Amino acid sequence: MMPGAGGNGSRGGIRRFGVRGLAFCVLISAGLFCLGPVLWQAVTSVKSDQDLVRLPPILPEQATASHYERVLLQSPLARSLVNSAVVAASATTVSIVVGSFCAFALARLPIAGKPVILGLVLSTSMFPPIAVISPLYLLMRGLGLRDTLVAVGLTHAVYALPLAVWLLTSFFRQLPREVYYAARVDGCTPLRALLSVLLPLARPGLAVAALLVFIYSWNEFMFALTLTASDSIRTAPVAVALFPGLYEIPWGDIAAASLVITLPVAGLAALFQRHIVAGLTAGSVKG
Amino acid sequence: MAEVRLERISKWFGATNVLPDVSLTIGDGELFAIVGPSGCGKSTLLHLLAGLDRPTSGRILFDGVDVTGLEPRDRDVALVFQNYALYPHMTVRDNLAFPLRVASRKNSLGRPQIEDEVRRVAGFLGLESLLDRRPGELSGGQRQRVALGRALIRKPRVFLMDEPLSNLDAQLRASMRAELRRLHEELKITTIYVTHDQTEAMTLADRLAVLNQGRVQQVDQPHDIYERPANLFVAGFMGYPPMNLLEARVEGEMLRAGPIRLAKSRVAPMFSLHQAVMLGIRPEAIVVEPAEKIGEEGSVAGVIRLIEPSGTGAWITVDFRGQDGPTTVIGTAVPGFVPKIRDSVAVVVQQATLHLFDPATGQRFGSA
Repeated sequence: MMPGAGGNGSRGGIRRFGVRGLAFCVLISAGLFCLGPVLWQAVTSVKSDQDLVRLPPILPEQATASHYERVLLQSPLARSLVNSAVVAASATTVSIVVGSFCAFALARLPIAGKPVILGLVLSTSMFPPIAVISPLYLLMRGLGLRDTLVAVGLTHAVYALPLAVWLLTSFFRQLPREVYYAARVDGCTPLRALLSVLLPLARPGLAVAALLVFIYSWNEFMFALTLTASDSIRTAPVAVALFPGLYEIPWGDIAAASLVITLPVAGLAALFQRHIVAGLTAGSVKG
Repeated sequence: MAEVRLERISKWFGATNVLPDVSLTIGDGELFAIVGPSGCGKSTLLHLLAGLDRPTSGRILFDGVDVTGLEPRDRDVALVFQNYALYPHMTVRDNLAFPLRVASRKNSLGRPQIEDEVRRVAGFLGLESLLDRRPGELSGGQRQRVALGRALIRKPRVFLMDEPLSNLDAQLRASMRAELRRLHEELKITTIYVTHDQTEAMTLADRLAVLNQGRVQQVDQPHDIYERPANLFVAGFMGYPPMNLLEARVEGEMLRAGPIRLAKSRVAPMFSLHQAVMLGIRPEAIVVEPAEKIGEEGSVAGVIRLIEPSGTGAWITVDFRGQDGPTTVIGTAVPGFVPKIRDSVAVVVQQATLHLFDPATGQRFGSA
């Protein structure tokens, strides 16, 4: 603190400035720490092949779009992105629809043994994927679904379901009980009360759950790798992992591809942020 | 409109018996209040009536028809909640129209008819200018009106209210109380009104039931409950300030409670010498007078502990120091007498309005 800097007010001002500066520094370093790898990928993706294996320069003298060109136009990545979108969207739809019904029942309907059910649901997601992958593969082959998008989407939906159920259950429980009761007394069946009253109010929760399931499915690697065989059925993470050839690893292409894969999810997260902010229940009950 | 009958209703939540055994009959078109302290089971009772929960045993009859197993939507009841429970994502118009929109197909109305009904109810409750707002933009009183409107629009057979006014401020509460009474006079729908506020129950209801720990203590008209409380709980719970309840003993021709002595003649025959009784005296039957009156026939000297101005007069808490420990009573000041705390005063108990209870059972003596 500066001696003789004046009255209380200015000293408080200096302290506030100091605290702000500190917070700013912490945020910047945390941000750099998290985004560092992404930035490095971004730099790598615009380096020419010669610059890639040299250090310095850290930043290339001339940026090149050749990696992006190759990745998007000459590789099966574009197809894989479409596959990923289809798989993630259907996995999200299935797990949110099924999850909503489940969560509603667990949050509001008179069912015995709710904690047991929730525990069982959770326990299914505790199996490491590697432990279930062989029987799953055999199952999918037996069903004739091997090397199809249905197999991948279905697996993702099932694997993400516990997350959706848990998130939505806690969300439904947060909605005032009286609002559900009011809907029932006003003449709703439980289903109608769910559709007309609870789901619209749970929109922030649905958005969060959907986003998390989508991201999980979009990034999932092991199931997608095991259950698919042909280039035209691969999802994006698998496609990128299969980039390395026999004799060389195309670092620039991989960097470009991973950025391309990341962008849609990052965009979605930004878009959904508005919904994630709660406060939709304002005005329902006094509080 | 319907007569509502509860026959030996009991309700257990796990191992807890919330309602041991309740039987009540509420007449067609009556405004019936159920009053009791929090946790006495009154909200549970209302949920059972609405069909949101099932009794463990017993039957609920509307006009003699057993509805115990019916879903809420098949009972044709409406329920107003303490926190209003409006649908926050809908406008006032949609909130009001909601019960008509979700009605079963055989009673469903067309869009224009629904709009007519919404306008009618909104006009009735003074909500016309608010139809396009959402609940979040309304004041507490306005939300309360919307909740009432949503309940009334279907013209239900039975109207249930769960402490509908307790979230409003005092002034609004008084005017809403008058409004509820007016609505009831006009619509004559059987109404069951649950509250912990005994003043509200007294001023609003045609008849009321006092509930404690899941048991009905007394069912009667407000005036009769006030004049002839059936037991110590009702005596202490109904009326403000609460009735003075004093341990008393029969001594010769007198009934003695601390320093207070009363002739037992009026109620006498049934009491034996030295029998213990609980003596109940309403604060308005105890008159506090200036100290000059000390020593006059029937007056007792005491010291003021607390003064609660009540507008026209004041409720005065007076301590007596008797030979068997201190006694405290609440009384009223005579008109024009403005005492101060720690003043000595003379206290006179008016004989006409004594209530006597059995200290063992809590029941009123001579309950005829």
